[in-house]
Amino acid sequence: MIPAAFEYAKASSVDEAVKLLDRFGEDAKVLAGGHSLIPLMRLRLAQPKALVDINGIKGLDHIEAKGDKLHVGALTRHFAIHSSEVVRDKLPILADVASEVGDNQVRNMGTIGGVVAHADAAGDYPTIALMLDADIVTNQRTIPAKDFFKDLFTTPLHPNELVTEVVFPVANGPHRYIKFRRRLFDWAIVGAAAQKIDGHWRIGLTNVGPTPVRAKAVEDALGKGAKPEEAAQHASDGLNPAGDLRASPEYKKHLARVLTRRAIEQAQ
Amino acid sequence: MKHKVAVTVNGRKHEHEVEPRLLLVHYLRDVVGLTGTHIGCDTSQCGACTIHVDGKAVKSCTMFAVQADGRSLTTIEGMATGDELHPIQQAFWDEHGLQCGYCTPGFIMAAAYLLEQNPNPTEDEIRRGLEGNLCRCTGYVNIVKAVQTAAKTMSGTPARKTQVAAGGN
Amino acid sequence: MAVTQLVGAKIHRREDPRLITGHGHYIDDFTRQGTAYAAFARSPVAHARIKSIDVTDASKAPGVIAVYTARDFKGQLAGTHPAAPAFVAEKKYVPERFPIAEKEVTYQGEIVAVVLAESKGQAADAANMIQVDYDELPAVMDLEKALAKGAAKAHSDGPDNVCWDFTYTPLDLTEAAFKEADVVVKERILQNRLAPVPMEPRGVLAEYEGFDKKLTLWLSSQNPHFIRLFVSGALGLKESQVRVISPDVGGGFGSKISPYPEDYLVPALSRMTARPVKWIETRTESIQNATHGRGQFYDCEVAAKKDGTLLAMRVVQYVDVGAYHGTFGAFQPVACLMAGGGYKWKGISARTVGVLTNRVPTDPYRGAGRPEATHLVERMVDLVALELKMDPVDIRKKNFIQPEDFPFTQNFGLVVDSGDYEKALDKAMQLAGYAELRKKQAELRKQGRFMGIGLSTWIELCGFGPSAATAPATGGIALVESAQVRVTPTGAVIVYTGTHSHGQGHETTFSQIVADQLGVPMENVELRHGDTAEGTSFGYGTYGSRSLAVGGVAISKAVGKVIDKGKKLAAHIFEAAEEDVVFEHGSYHVKGSPDKSKAFGEIAFASYGMGLPEGMEQGLEAVAYFDPPNLVWPFGTHIAVVEIDAETGTTKIEKYVAVDDCGNIINPMIVDGQIHGGVVQAIAQALYEEVVYDESSGQLKTGTMIDYLVPSMGEIPTFIIDKTITPSPTNDLGVKGIGEAGTIAASVAVINAICDALSPLGIKHVDMPATPDKLWHMMKEARQ
Repeated sequence: MIPAAFEYAKASSVDEAVKLLDRFGEDAKVLAGGHSLIPLMRLRLAQPKALVDINGIKGLDHIEAKGDKLHVGALTRHFAIHSSEVVRDKLPILADVASEVGDNQVRNMGTIGGVVAHADAAGDYPTIALMLDADIVTNQRTIPAKDFFKDLFTTPLHPNELVTEVVFPVANGPHRYIKFRRRLFDWAIVGAAAQKIDGHWRIGLTNVGPTPVRAKAVEDALGKGAKPEEAAQHASDGLNPAGDLRASPEYKKHLARVLTRRAIEQAQ
Repeated sequence: MKHKVAVTVNGRKHEHEVEPRLLLVHYLRDVVGLTGTHIGCDTSQCGACTIHVDGKAVKSCTMFAVQADGRSLTTIEGMATGDELHPIQQAFWDEHGLQCGYCTPGFIMAAAYLLEQNPNPTEDEIRRGLEGNLCRCTGYVNIVKAVQTAAKTMSGTPARKTQVAAGGN
Repeated sequence: MAVTQLVGAKIHRREDPRLITGHGHYIDDFTRQGTAYAAFARSPVAHARIKSIDVTDASKAPGVIAVYTARDFKGQLAGTHPAAPAFVAEKKYVPERFPIAEKEVTYQGEIVAVVLAESKGQAADAANMIQVDYDELPAVMDLEKALAKGAAKAHSDGPDNVCWDFTYTPLDLTEAAFKEADVVVKERILQNRLAPVPMEPRGVLAEYEGFDKKLTLWLSSQNPHFIRLFVSGALGLKESQVRVISPDVGGGFGSKISPYPEDYLVPALSRMTARPVKWIETRTESIQNATHGRGQFYDCEVAAKKDGTLLAMRVVQYVDVGAYHGTFGAFQPVACLMAGGGYKWKGISARTVGVLTNRVPTDPYRGAGRPEATHLVERMVDLVALELKMDPVDIRKKNFIQPEDFPFTQNFGLVVDSGDYEKALDKAMQLAGYAELRKKQAELRKQGRFMGIGLSTWIELCGFGPSAATAPATGGIALVESAQVRVTPTGAVIVYTGTHSHGQGHETTFSQIVADQLGVPMENVELRHGDTAEGTSFGYGTYGSRSLAVGGVAISKAVGKVIDKGKKLAAHIFEAAEEDVVFEHGSYHVKGSPDKSKAFGEIAFASYGMGLPEGMEQGLEAVAYFDPPNLVWPFGTHIAVVEIDAETGTTKIEKYVAVDDCGNIINPMIVDGQIHGGVVQAIAQALYEEVVYDESSGQLKTGTMIDYLVPSMGEIPTFIIDKTITPSPTNDLGVKGIGEAGTIAASVAVINAICDALSPLGIKHVDMPATPDKLWHMMKEARQ
């Protein structure tokens, strides 16, 4: 289908992007990888009056380890994250997650900044970010992940605010992300992430609610010495997932428990 | 308001003024006149529109022409060298990797990218590598074979070629 | 001279060079000078009265030429959408259907207005500006509720929702058998509604030339001549004024057989505006509006003896017709006539009920009734086997029609031409390692794992078809097939067929047949199809696995006529009696004098000269129409091996074996390809696909490929494919059809395997699609 008409401008710097966003106003959207936005525009479910193309901004696609932090530029494509030696060394779970977003073609275009800013409940990076207490850095401020994913597609970003990088803790201990879906290129029906960091488990869940979920109850149980089977029972604590074509609420809660247990057991 | 785009397609420079909303696939088909790249869906699943942008496989239905300004594109029409088919094209022919042919250009472009990244993929790697392309006719069996054959040819083991005489044209 | 046998050989396709280089010609690749673009405004609701349509804003939008509603087409289009009798001779209610709604919309997607603009973007924009005021009415979604007394009506001015209620064979026919039964097994079996999703959506380009009063119509179709027939009639034109060109078609699977509203509206628009008009379907429009497949449920009972002898079956088929009859919507009741499968029964009582709903119509989709029949009978046979604690292989072998029984007249009077069902079954079992699989299953069951083995010993009828059966079914046009063979003075052979492949490779396989028969190199043979301006008066299209069995044979007949004329001429040249002249290896000679020969090409040239025999006209060409004496009956056995992850309900196909028999084979590579594709579509039905509507509002929920789950190669295993060859006695080539076989066989192989896997839990039946959520729920409940 053909999108509705819009104005277009390409920014060569963050400052220019902000100026353009200010000029176009609230009905403008940022164009990065475009693989969440453009399909919506083709269906005319999104009809922004203007697009500010940030793909030309230099310096937003870095992957750098600085001390115990991994800085990933917002414009870094999934493909680059997956194949980065630095990521595989410092935060391998992120490389695994990146390797399973969509398909090869999608991974060449989609960006981590885009996924994070879009805040789709089925996005995988938000789960990792939340679970590991990552920081979302914008051109205006730094927002901890726990304050970033407010609701489905809802973040505290201002209309002229750009995500510039996501800062993760370095963690290369046992880890596993299980993304349960029907077809390899689908979004997660439910996803479960397990990462051991500084001797403690972090557990995150994808698509069990309007935002990613950090399964603290599971983490606490594991911390108290519970076996994975037992601890994973808590994965569905407090969850009230919406049912959809792919899964009923009851099944999603069940998957949360099963996948959590498997993620812990299979973590390497 | 129209925007100027200068794009290199299959080695040839093109300059046009386009609406921002013109999808790259529509630009290639309707403006440049290369109709080998096809549209099979609205939501970026099917991969029939796959081309290379600066050497990377991309779904051209999920990009605007304005984004391709200054870039170098390869479409299916650019894969053969004169009369000489690309080994992947040859392999699809040899292995009956197509029936109606509509998804085929997208598959060939995606396969070319896959084999560039991974010249000797296992069957599982082929299936994962081409998950972004859908086919309704072949059941995928012969597409996998075609990619395996192409991998052999491109890594130096010559495969038996389809006889042009039997094929006509 | 070396002789190459092309028939039976893996000849690579002549279609491929243009397709692998991006030079195929699909409908969206065409345009004409001055083309205007159409965009349709469609009903967003399933059922409503149209109170008003406001096109003011749309009409003023940039680039808009005009905006039209129903009344603008009253003077352009006459009649109603054709609905063939097919397999239901008596219809109770066939709602009138105009291509654009005027007072009431009865399915989501029904066209209410159309914009014509200079560019497709402008047309899309303006279509979004059309404001329609709807008065929503209850949406009829559930078949049983639709049949209840006082039910809401899918068409508010209709009598009720019953399209047909037709009994093929009455209940009392099977009364005695049911009385003598040791066991009676009963089940309700669902056939999920499917979207055909050919990779290429539909499209129409029409150019009406007013001064000449001629219409050229390009569209993606499986049968251009039928489109010419219907569209010319509706537009008040003669067939001779209309030319239909169907270029390369990117898949059809049955959804490009029947005429569509757009096929009428687009040419009408061209006539109204004196501009060529083009419309290309989006994928969302395709899932919403291209006719759907399946959409049925069956109530079935089988009576059997405790030694496994099948006695009788009673089946009632309920068909979700949709809001209007598909042109061949009443084809799917053939499932009743095939409900006996490859087995011998004392009797089958069968009835079909067609129900109107507020959804897009159902029409043939790969297999068209035969997948449903196979699914039904193979499920029921497994259920009987389960009840009797009998091996599913043994019960099948006990009841098969035996090789010595052919030709076999089955319960509905249809004559099954040839078969050897046990041979295919044994081969499949051997390839699958059946005995080993059962051993492995026993071991895995001890570990609490769920492995299943599913059989599908399928048969089917195809190659539509004999005139006596098909003329009444279509309303007068027998589904024979035509061919024209022309030989030019320099011996080039041009063959025109009335079929129209859309992936099946006719340009290759039909050329193989002709080249072999004439003894000429394949490069000398050109196969043409898809253009009603060329070739025979009427062609019948490609569907129903008919092209080779009917079309290929027609070509062979036409070639035979050419050879015969050549023989007469050669005899004249040799000054010999016609019966003393032999044609072999591409040349004619007198019996006993093989060195005194004339090549086919020489005779061809001579046919254009002088000194021809008395009464013979110049030229060397022939037309043939082949009326097959019977349908043809391919068969085979598929075996699926699955394991179900007990925690997630996910089904993994561990192994899939297909042994199929389509009689003599022209090109084994193409046959295998057809099976691969068919099997995957059936696996997709069994595990992934379903068109889902909201049950109360009628809103389509699976409108994109995000939600309509066509699988990628990541989800599909490799297959083990083999054949048996039991030639058909029905035609000279000994061929049957194979295009739909995979789809006919495979869904029940998978479901039978799933049921086998879950039988330790007491689960007897699983409906499609067997999604993880569904299976997990069933397993959970079974354990409680």
